[in-house]
Amino acid sequence: MRQMDIEQIKDKLGLGEDKIYAVMGEFSDPHDLVHAGRKIREMGYTKIDALSPFPVHGIDDAIGVPYSKLGWIVICIGLCGSATALLLQWWCGTQNYPLVIGGKPLFDFSFSIPITFELTVLFSAFASVIGMFALNGLPRLYHPSANYQMAHRATDDRFILVVEADDPKFNPQITADHMKSVGAGTVEVVIG
Amino acid sequence: MADIAIRQDPQLMATNPPLVRADGYHDLTEQISTIIEGDVFKTPLKYWITLSITGGIVLLLGAMLTYLVSTGIGVWGNNRPVGWAWDITNFVFWIGIGHAGTLISAILFLFRQKWRTSINRSAEAMTLFAVACAGIFPLFHTGRPWRAYWLFPVPNTDLNMWQNFRSPLIWDVFAVSTYGTVSALFWFTGLVPDLATLRDRATTKVRQWVFGFLALGWRGSARHWMNYEVAYLILAGISTPLVLSVHTIVSFDFATSVIPGWHTTIFPPYFVAGAIFSGFACVMTLLIIARWALNLENLITMKHLENMNKIILVTGSIVGYAYATEFFIAWYSGNGYERFAFINRAFGPYYWAYWTMISCNVLIPQLYWFKSMRTSIPVMFIISITTNIGMWFERFVIIVTSLHRDFLPSSWGYFRPTWVDICTFTGTIGLFLTLFLLFARFLPMIAISEVKGVLAKEKLLYAKETVGHH
Repeated sequence: MRQMDIEQIKDKLGLGEDKIYAVMGEFSDPHDLVHAGRKIREMGYTKIDALSPFPVHGIDDAIGVPYSKLGWIVICIGLCGSATALLLQWWCGTQNYPLVIGGKPLFDFSFSIPITFELTVLFSAFASVIGMFALNGLPRLYHPSANYQMAHRATDDRFILVVEADDPKFNPQITADHMKSVGAGTVEVVIG
Repeated sequence: MADIAIRQDPQLMATNPPLVRADGYHDLTEQISTIIEGDVFKTPLKYWITLSITGGIVLLLGAMLTYLVSTGIGVWGNNRPVGWAWDITNFVFWIGIGHAGTLISAILFLFRQKWRTSINRSAEAMTLFAVACAGIFPLFHTGRPWRAYWLFPVPNTDLNMWQNFRSPLIWDVFAVSTYGTVSALFWFTGLVPDLATLRDRATTKVRQWVFGFLALGWRGSARHWMNYEVAYLILAGISTPLVLSVHTIVSFDFATSVIPGWHTTIFPPYFVAGAIFSGFACVMTLLIIARWALNLENLITMKHLENMNKIILVTGSIVGYAYATEFFIAWYSGNGYERFAFINRAFGPYYWAYWTMISCNVLIPQLYWFKSMRTSIPVMFIISITTNIGMWFERFVIIVTSLHRDFLPSSWGYFRPTWVDICTFTGTIGLFLTLFLLFARFLPMIAISEVKGVLAKEKLLYAKETVGHH
């Protein structure tokens, strides 16, 4: 493969070496992160993210994370589970292989409740776990935020604020100054 | 951390002590991660000795199951009229133990009980291992476990028919397999943020690869946490009715029959209460050992243990009430067979099993009315063991005493377990303990990210209260 192609692929994947991913800064207290996030948003930034070792309350509101759509996905898949269970019991019992056992009806909503309930739960559980990872874009092998020197502390004891380079207001120099002005430590322009 | 001074305010500590004691987020990460990050070859010798004993018992289980499959299920003591005996007793016993894990992770989550965070991970692991042990018994009781797919509606050319969906036994197959799967999903979802913590701390190639793979690229973004918290809430919301349904359906195996002693409508709530009772006792046994062996006293505090003891007292009393109701209804129904079944339970040939059950499940837990008993480690350790003995006997009493006196006196019998019965059950205890030992060594026993959340809230609370005091 020629050098040119590799550069193009890298650029497409957002892996270009000189491509700026974001300006990142860190805090040691979750409340400082929320306050700083709110201030950064008030400055007009829209592409903001935060990395934290546990869910920080108030951060969604502060940096503008919309409420999760997961509930809708789960209820749709869960109802598919109910339908699958009812169809299964009805079709096996009355269409494909009717068997009279103890004079009981071939199909009835009363005795099909337990299996319908269990399959609804099973489908919903898979939908919520797989859906959660899919909405988060996981699993993934690489993310540019890992290039930040404090990134490994985001799963330990640091609360990291991110302003992404896609933001229309983004300017490496000015954004870094803004980040410092809201109290962030170890402010860095992250390449990735 | 700056607020150590705040946390040691004696007046506040006395009236409302914090749930967990840790100096900061990093210390918490360190405390839990270092348990599993040590060199495997430098694990204390006592760990290897314990593991080899329990591992040996697992080999015994393997040998017993091999013997059973190669010979036939006649090697168990089940026969007419007692066709369900130790196998189903053990199945219900293990499934019941699992219920505490889901109760802690789902129901206490919905009730916003913050004390659950220190114990939920190990309780959920216990659920998984208990369900694995439970599954062995009905699977091998089928006689031909290699035909296990006949239990599920899988199209095939050798059975050529469908399952009887009108039978509670097939409901049980769906309930238990759903329960096992959902518990595993719930457990893994809870583990992912902690696996990411371990990935970011990893220093060896093996740990980087293993935790890097298992953490699935989790980075703790606010968007991740948003979806994660919703997923967790949904899982808790669906696991709550699920856990209640599982033991309800297990009780249907008995309650929908026409056997005196089984055919009662009280079974579903009675079984669920008993399951939670035995499960909490099992969590207690494991946690008392774990907090002592791994020095987790600051995270699994006396308050956690006392709360669990209160639940044991409540559920034990519900179980006692259910025993009394059964007797009352046996008399009140005016049904001669029903009345005989219950009088025979208490004063018939299995009287010793019945009174073991009553003393372990109803009488002994009443000690927990006293705070000194609820907060004494030796007492709670002994009661956790007696509770599980009592709950095993409860299932034995329900199953065996109801079956051993058939409708015709010519069909009466007396069930005795064989050595294979005893060794198979012992084997599953070994399997359970082996899996738990491996879990405690290689995965975080305490949900690091969840305890950090509790710590953050407590920091805020104590800071505010101290400002108010001065």
